[in-house]
Amino acid sequence: MPVIQVEHLVKRFGPITAVNDISFDVEEGSIFGFLGPNGAGKTTTISILCTLLSPTSGRAVVNGYDCRLEPQKVRKSIGIVFQDTTLDKDLTAYENLAFHAYIYGVKKSEVRRRAEDALSFVGLTDRKDDLVKRFSGGMKRRLEVARGLMHQPKVLFLDEPTLGLDPQSRSNLWEAIIELPEKHGMTVFMTTHYMEEAEVCGRLAIIDHGKIIARGSPEEMKGIIGGDVVYIKTRNNLKAKEEIKEALGMTAEEKDGELFLTVENAEASIPPLIRAIAETALSVRIERPTLNDVFLKLTGKEIRREEAGGADTIREEIRAWRRKH
Amino acid sequence: MIELNLELNAIYVIVARELKKFLREKSRFIASLARPLIWLFMVGAGLSRIVSPRAGMPYTQFIFPGILGMTILFSSIFSSISVIWDKEFGFLKEILVAPVSRSSIVIGKALSGTVVSFIQAAIILLFFPLLGMHLTLGQVMLALFISAAVAFSISAFGIVLASFYESYESFSVIMNFIIMPMFFLSGAMYPVRLLQTPLRVAASVNPLTYGIDAIKNALFTAGQGPMGPDFSLGLDIGVVLASSVLFVVLASRFFERRA
Repeated sequence: MPVIQVEHLVKRFGPITAVNDISFDVEEGSIFGFLGPNGAGKTTTISILCTLLSPTSGRAVVNGYDCRLEPQKVRKSIGIVFQDTTLDKDLTAYENLAFHAYIYGVKKSEVRRRAEDALSFVGLTDRKDDLVKRFSGGMKRRLEVARGLMHQPKVLFLDEPTLGLDPQSRSNLWEAIIELPEKHGMTVFMTTHYMEEAEVCGRLAIIDHGKIIARGSPEEMKGIIGGDVVYIKTRNNLKAKEEIKEALGMTAEEKDGELFLTVENAEASIPPLIRAIAETALSVRIERPTLNDVFLKLTGKEIRREEAGGADTIREEIRAWRRKH
Repeated sequence: MIELNLELNAIYVIVARELKKFLREKSRFIASLARPLIWLFMVGAGLSRIVSPRAGMPYTQFIFPGILGMTILFSSIFSSISVIWDKEFGFLKEILVAPVSRSSIVIGKALSGTVVSFIQAAIILLFFPLLGMHLTLGQVMLALFISAAVAFSISAFGIVLASFYESYESFSVIMNFIIMPMFFLSGAMYPVRLLQTPLRVAASVNPLTYGIDAIKNALFTAGQGPMGPDFSLGLDIGVVLASSVLFVVLASRFFERRA
């Protein structure tokens, strides 16, 4: 039984269609990656799943509860780490966690123990009684993850959890996140711009212009590219091309002075290739398709975050539209 | 469907947060007491020189209920306006995704303002002997009860206001176009019945008018003529309670719509 079910979900803001008829499932206990360029509809989708927005049409079910009809029960089932910090900077780390626990109805006798566990899980035990305004960006993020664990939700939503963090904080936080399904039995639903993070997700969905354009495991996704690419530097490209054609029956192409071939399995193709061009070859390297290649192929955009890109514009448009209504 | 325990917990924790922050910021606390004291002992004392004490009441005594009302008005609105800060700094989202009803959030926020205002109003009330007033314990208790009710109503009103605004840049608009007129058209500085008709009409739709008038009813003994209360205590309290309910319902609906 999937813990999240989305069927034909649509969200319009006046003339703007932010989410355009999307459907997907998320299996319990998995890490699900939701990828897409800025302004593609990721945050809108998360907002609907978190009951902060109601859908224009379609259905979203979390932990068996309809997001529109039973928002209280959905809210009880989920934890969220938003893109922007939602901590109270004038309270201490512990006070933020305790506030969260009480408002989610955690038993009083449980609060202290859970807060201590959560703080140690994200490595903030020694900052327990410090005001959050003295925290670095990485510490705030980790505290938000800790807070999301306080009420032991079934699903934890993470909207760009590692965005803007230095590499050290990123890897600390990331290590904590990938332990969640096993240690806490949680399902993680996350958006990210980092490929190495997307690689770890069991399943991925790519959304662009409000539509889901691809779904599957990272390996299945890479299948879209159609194999590995072998790059060869040679003394004489022309001669090498002929030799390859003769020996392997394949046509190598040229890019930036290098020859390249798309093959199904690079390991198996290299020995005959080397034999064929033993005279002219200088070096050989293999490139496996990355999710970035997949992303680029499907959306025509790099997955890296663009500077103040589409998202801001769309958010502004939505805000302007809301003001008028 | 609604778990009462969860809702009460939520209200409690929202109030506890506000109180903790309020007590932590000592300068805010002291500043909030300074304003009413300045009005009472500078503006009030100054004006008492040119206002003839009709019916035997010095002007400083006359404005005392108004100054209590002002204390409540400012601190309740300030407290509720913090919803805008919460919106701006994201904390409101944390509250909105919690599994509690929107009404509990609104009541919790309104009670936060109530508690903070009440503490300040109670402190200001203790200054009555310096004004040459003689109050019974019963009068003080009644004034405290009324202050709490008025504080709740105004705090709820503040949340309705806050739900209209996205950022705290709008604060000066609220200050100049809502808080100041509410204060000056509340019978705090002059009896409502002495105002010109348009102003009197405006004052009579201002909930604060009835709150201040209720405090006048509690603190003034009979026979003050034109300086005395404008309405009966029953009407005053009725309006204060009715407006509280109205504002909580309105604020809950605004919160619901956003979600």
